[in-house]
Amino acid sequence: MNVLSLFNAMPGAVAQGLIWGIMAIGVYITYKVLDVADLSVDGTMCTGGAVCIVMLSNGHSMWLSLLVATIAGMIAGLVTGIFHTAMGIPAILSGILTQLGLYSINLKIMGKANIPINNQKYNLMVSLLNVRDVPFYKNTILIVALCMVILIACLYWFFGTELGCSLRATGCNENMSRAQGINTDLNKVLGLMLSNAIVAFSSALLAQYQGFADINMGRGAIVIGLAAVIIGGVVFSKIFHNFALKLLSVGIGAVIYYVVLQIVIWLGFDTDLLKLLSALVVAIFLSLPYLKKRYFTKASNVAAKGGK
Amino acid sequence: MLVIKNIYKTFNVGTINEKTALEDVSLTLEDGDFVTVIGGNGAGKSTLLNAIAGTWLVDSGSIAIDGIDVTKTPEFKRAKYLGRVFQDPMLGTAANMQIDENLALAARRGKFRGLRSGISQAERNFYKEHLKTLDLGLEDRLSSKVGLLSGGQRQALTLLMASLEKPKLLLLDEHTAALDPKTAAKILAKTDEIVEKDHLTTLMITHNMKDAIHHGNRLIMMDGGHIILDIKGEEKKKLTVEDLLAKFAIASGGELDNDRMILSK
Repeated sequence: MNVLSLFNAMPGAVAQGLIWGIMAIGVYITYKVLDVADLSVDGTMCTGGAVCIVMLSNGHSMWLSLLVATIAGMIAGLVTGIFHTAMGIPAILSGILTQLGLYSINLKIMGKANIPINNQKYNLMVSLLNVRDVPFYKNTILIVALCMVILIACLYWFFGTELGCSLRATGCNENMSRAQGINTDLNKVLGLMLSNAIVAFSSALLAQYQGFADINMGRGAIVIGLAAVIIGGVVFSKIFHNFALKLLSVGIGAVIYYVVLQIVIWLGFDTDLLKLLSALVVAIFLSLPYLKKRYFTKASNVAAKGGK
Repeated sequence: MLVIKNIYKTFNVGTINEKTALEDVSLTLEDGDFVTVIGGNGAGKSTLLNAIAGTWLVDSGSIAIDGIDVTKTPEFKRAKYLGRVFQDPMLGTAANMQIDENLALAARRGKFRGLRSGISQAERNFYKEHLKTLDLGLEDRLSSKVGLLSGGQRQALTLLMASLEKPKLLLLDEHTAALDPKTAAKILAKTDEIVEKDHLTTLMITHNMKDAIHHGNRLIMMDGGHIILDIKGEEKKKLTVEDLLAKFAIASGGELDNDRMILSK
């Protein structure tokens, strides 16, 4: 255990955290804005990478590969949206169905469970080799951070438009939205498409970063996304009220998650248990509002009554 | 303005909970009619309003608003013609959004929502003026989240939202029932004012007989999914609570046994 090895691992953790931060922003759109827990992201988090790596390997440009990967995610979101709105399947189940279906599709896209890409041979946007000792404009951390800032700016603009406002209203109060002439079904589909597009984009970055796409790379993605949303909320909710800053806090939340993860690994924690740890941490944080309401509000009510 | 012809609605068809909520209901509203709807629990008042609003589609019969057949039109498309205020103050507004954003949503009812800005500065000033008329101090809290407002304030805001973009028909579903008496009176006065000013055709459900008598130019009473009384014109003006109770007894063939309605006379 030397501090230097932890220090050396940090740039990688930050870069990975930022990439997952983009993914978490996608989760934020469904989970917080639209008030739908979308599990299809576990599938999309592989689809984006699979499409991107296959296209790059076939000689397509990096930009085109990223674009098509993003569109693939969008289509996955569309499918979940149709399951949910047009076919009346509960949102959680719709996501699970899409996720399961995507497993086969991802295998078909890649042709096998894991496909590598050579960072030396192909012009990649990001790579784990580019986190240190490279000119700053090639640095993966900077490039991903820039992507995130641009994404947040776009989302901030979008959710301020008429359509974006109606999307927020849909997540907040469906009855009211329909009474105000908002097509809530269409909005849910749009929100799911937007969210999954962002997740697939992040997946494409992740595959480039780690130098391969893997059928299991999306496993538990929703939990990491939620963890980032929750950590961001806990750390920054008191100071960040603006929508753009809230999105930023989600991105930073993912970075914190990965830095903490790195520290836990450095401390010698059994890496087999990491997912269990993540699940427990997220479970605890998700239950906090409920536990607070159930045990602490009651106690204070009783105290207030006793006071009278 | 509104023509309802022989509508039927049965819930939970084929189950033990099957309930015929509307049975052969027909109703025609003239332009500018302000109709109060009264009746006990389960009489079909809210069902009638929801049928008009399109919360679900009716089993049979037809509904036309201003000559446009909306029988099969989904709720969000019908919203173009309708202003609605719900019984529950939480239902009519988006709690996580700002006061001005809520108004901006209402101002775009029935219009295409594209990628233009969701709210402009000119709009904000316009809303400020409108909010002043509510006399609740909301004009200084444009960027407050609606969730921070009281039930009465939220209901007043919903009423303003319902009338911002002049609707062909205003639907009020016991919109003062969840409020304290003082606030309820204030909201009712405001309702009268808005209906008067914009000459709105209105359908207002109430459980309060006095309110039903004192407001509007026409009163209908419902019972068991039917309209059993329809009082308008001079007769409505002279109507008293006693008259209404007597008429109910004759029309329904039984005593009015709804506690909630008697208590509120």
